[in-house]
Amino acid sequence: MGQAILQVDNVDLGYGTLKVVFGASLHVSRGELVGLVGGNGSGKSTILRAISGMIAPWSGRIMFDGEEVKGARPHQMARKGLAHVPMGRQLFPNMSVRENLMLGAFLPEAKAARDENMAKVETLFPDLVRYANAMAGQLSGGQQQMVAIARALMLGPKMLIMDEPSLGLSPLFVKEVMAAIRRVAETGLPILLVEQNVKQVLAVSHRVYVLENGRQVLDGPSKELQGHPMIRKAYLGL
Amino acid sequence: MAGLDIFLQNVANGVLIGGVYALIGIGLTLVFGVMRTINFAHGDFVVLGMYSAVLFNALLGWDPYLSLLLAMPIGFFAGVIVERFILSRVIDAPPESALLATLGISLIIGNTILLTFGGEPRSVQVSYASSTLSIAGVNVSMVLLLAGIATVIMIGALYTLLNRTEVGRAIRGTAENRLGAELVGIDTRRIHSIVFGLGVMLAVMAGVTLIPLLFATPTNTGAVFTLKAFVVTVLGGLGNVGAAIAGGILLGVVEVLGASYFMSEYREAYGLIAFLLILLFRPEGLFGRTVKRV
Repeated sequence: MGQAILQVDNVDLGYGTLKVVFGASLHVSRGELVGLVGGNGSGKSTILRAISGMIAPWSGRIMFDGEEVKGARPHQMARKGLAHVPMGRQLFPNMSVRENLMLGAFLPEAKAARDENMAKVETLFPDLVRYANAMAGQLSGGQQQMVAIARALMLGPKMLIMDEPSLGLSPLFVKEVMAAIRRVAETGLPILLVEQNVKQVLAVSHRVYVLENGRQVLDGPSKELQGHPMIRKAYLGL
Repeated sequence: MAGLDIFLQNVANGVLIGGVYALIGIGLTLVFGVMRTINFAHGDFVVLGMYSAVLFNALLGWDPYLSLLLAMPIGFFAGVIVERFILSRVIDAPPESALLATLGISLIIGNTILLTFGGEPRSVQVSYASSTLSIAGVNVSMVLLLAGIATVIMIGALYTLLNRTEVGRAIRGTAENRLGAELVGIDTRRIHSIVFGLGVMLAVMAGVTLIPLLFATPTNTGAVFTLKAFVVTVLGGLGNVGAAIAGGILLGVVEVLGASYFMSEYREAYGLIAFLLILLFRPEGLFGRTVKRV
């Protein structure tokens, strides 16, 4: 597992006294696009929250880039090179797209590479240049999602985690966002993608973990799982 | 003609005093915008500024504007310490906890001043207290003019800080979306400390510039200025710095015009009447966004 940038070992997670994730384990290797799928309330987002330090695991261990993550807060995880595209995007709505991206490169190391990362982001998302001066809050949901991904990339991260980027988008935009995620993955950046849209994730990812009611029920290469009877029945409606 | 002169003079005085009210309001609105907490001790920090000028004047014979050089950084660090050791512990708890904490801070400041300086009203006599300057035929009091100049410099500096620097961008980002700010690597707890420090610094500065104009008492004056800060920010819409400037100037002009054309002993009341009227017709504030009614 020397290659794993992220390793989650047997973590239990919850809020207050309510346990929502039971012994989840997963890993993401360098250069991999890994999906974490499951229905509403299956605990996917909770796992992401624990990875980026918004909540602490009840038990188990999370390793990022060879170091155990313990008691780190989100801004400290960003400092370690973990970029999180959160659910609902969490942009700065009354700031221009450009300012959102500038804030994405807030940390000193990212600031040093700001122009370079900006150029990269502009090649990945050519449309951003067109609405660079628009207020982020005035863009459509799909455009905002692109800005959220771009802002995360401005960190110059070692890994990207994404929480339901297709949520609330029209089918056309879902396709566009997925294509964008694929383009980002092709640059070699490891990605952990949390989604309800199983079909789309199976199409873009290398491997997938399936979560049900806080328990991992299935995992494997996406190509194999596409034909798995349980997936076909439960998620693809076949 | 004489009537017009007096009117213009009143407006000028109102605008200048309103600038100081704006400073107070900006401090409150900045803290609210970033920390989502209403600081009930805000007026007491204004009073703290007043008494710091009284103290420096009594001990060292300093002019209030000289003591500003020390009072402002001290105010900033006092704010940082209060945030770090008190407010940061309750900021993520239900909102009434932080509210009660600021009320407690207000009581402690007021009563500490009472214990130290006693209850009699205090002020600082300056040599230029009754000097006036004639600008385009309008006589403007020197004390108010200096306060106005200080206000303009401070607001300009604050504008530059918020819009032209990295820290300022981080403050605005934290105000707009705290989670988003954390995720790009901003230590939002540190931003909270900085913002509360700035809020206290603005309050202290306003207090120092006001002390040649009026008497301060330890506990009552604080409540008066907390109230004025509410009026200023609610007039403009809470959380909006630009609107607080307009709200402050409006409050100053209303107070001065009311006091000179009606009964001067009800000076404070005119601002509150304007406040009620505006809330009656525009509950979202003069410049606030439309409020959804449920």
